[in-house]
Amino acid sequence: MGELAAFIVLSLVILIPAVIVVTSRNIVRSALSLVPTFLGVTGFYIMLQAEFVAGIQVLIYAGAITVLILFVIMLTEGGSGVDVRQMNEQVPLGATAALWLAFLILVVLFRTQWPAASGQPPAYNAATIGSAFLSSYVLIFEVTSLVLLLSLIGAIVIARREE
Amino acid sequence: MSTFVEILKAIGLAVLIFTFLAVVGAMYGVYLERKISGWIQVRYGPMHVGRWGLLQTIADTIKLLQKEHITPRRADVMIFNTAPIIVAVAGLLDWVVIPFGTGFGRYLVVRDINIGVVYFAAMASLTVIGILTAGWASNNKYALLGGLRSASQMISYEIPLALGLLWAAMIAGTLSTVGIVEAQRGGWFLFKVPPLGFLAALLFLAAATAEVNRVPFDLPEAESELVAGYFAEYTGMRFALFQLGEYAEMYAMSAMAAILFLGGWLEPNMPQWVWALLGIGALAMAAFIRFSVLRQVMLVRPILALAVLGAVICGLMVLGIGLGRTPVLPSIVWFFIKLFALVFFLMWMRWTYPRLRLDQLLNLSWKVLLPVGLLNILLTGLLLTVAQ
Repeated sequence: MGELAAFIVLSLVILIPAVIVVTSRNIVRSALSLVPTFLGVTGFYIMLQAEFVAGIQVLIYAGAITVLILFVIMLTEGGSGVDVRQMNEQVPLGATAALWLAFLILVVLFRTQWPAASGQPPAYNAATIGSAFLSSYVLIFEVTSLVLLLSLIGAIVIARREE
Repeated sequence: MSTFVEILKAIGLAVLIFTFLAVVGAMYGVYLERKISGWIQVRYGPMHVGRWGLLQTIADTIKLLQKEHITPRRADVMIFNTAPIIVAVAGLLDWVVIPFGTGFGRYLVVRDINIGVVYFAAMASLTVIGILTAGWASNNKYALLGGLRSASQMISYEIPLALGLLWAAMIAGTLSTVGIVEAQRGGWFLFKVPPLGFLAALLFLAAATAEVNRVPFDLPEAESELVAGYFAEYTGMRFALFQLGEYAEMYAMSAMAAILFLGGWLEPNMPQWVWALLGIGALAMAAFIRFSVLRQVMLVRPILALAVLGAVICGLMVLGIGLGRTPVLPSIVWFFIKLFALVFFLMWMRWTYPRLRLDQLLNLSWKVLLPVGLLNILLTGLLLTVAQ
């Protein structure tokens, strides 16, 4: 009962700001509405007993990515960013695509046999994640960090060229 | 039913912590700040409301409560009103994982989370959203500049802060704050693997000072160039909420530094003669100030007070060890001694050093603190692996 109530409340916390993100004409408000969405997803992670991912979600998404988006808006739009058109003339086409996608997802959802297996979920803590990163997934981990480093250096190179 | 009890408990604890922060953190934090700034600038500070001005901030709070809320024309009203709440709540949420000590057979902490340190960093990073939006929503160029500066500063300094937290977590082998304190029973992390522990503590403290926007990292609210930075347009209680959030954050950072590097609520484990020596030293200093012409000089008076305080603590410790009590003072007392020592240190820094320039600030973070922190982690990891 409590779990269902939490799920409904969190879903509303995620969905209502998410609608504002794509419909608001004020781009700063759009960016800010991402915060409750991210925090709602954090709530889901906590319900799934993935505390570490929840902590990282707040730290990276709510604390850093939103701030980065806001920062970019304020620097590029001359600090305003009010009254931006978010839609173009292709609304009907987009709506059709969205409806088809929703239809497809629903079909897949209803046709899948959900195995409701009982038992304990696997151990899921910081130590397990850490050792998984440095053993089974070490290649992916290293490649990701290399990509991030390269994009960082690339950004600096592009920014310096203007001087 | 148990959910209901849990919710009631959460509300009760939130009220408790909010009251603690509002009274001890913000009200007496401001009082301390004014008194210490007075001392450093050789003046008295607040003196008239109550004895030694003790009731000054209470009077100020009552005044602020009566003030009109002014919303600037063309400000984004909704965001303008939300921003102070975000800052205050983020400052408040930090305190969930701070353990105050032990008592009644349990740890005095709201919740001992197994990701305590990550949680702390995450909540500290939420403050910046409030500050940035406050600056933007005010529709004021100074506020916007303050908000933007704060965003670049806080994002840069979050990394050294996280590296400092990570170092302590590595040594302790846990992310829980209670676990980190328990791991320091053998000795403070400050002196662990010298000089790496000291380096990590320095890193954390520098980054924490920058995170709470205090001098020498107070560019977001530099009075002399930006009026007051991001809260320039806020009046009355909204302004007070920003102050509350800022002081709550500062106290939380000090508490975290005490937990990570100074052993939290644990009593320093020193033999009796060391305490006696320290006490005699403090007493000699106090006597020298009291019975010489120096007592006329305002600048040394707080040193007299601090020396007497230190002598009293050392005397109690000597007495307690002599009587054979093992934790001589209650753990919560030790926690507050360490907390206030760090708070005092931060205030002392604020009124002593000039402000950094923006480029110096960012260079310090990216070219000094970040490489040092990474090297520190690498070396510690190497040593830990070798030691195993």
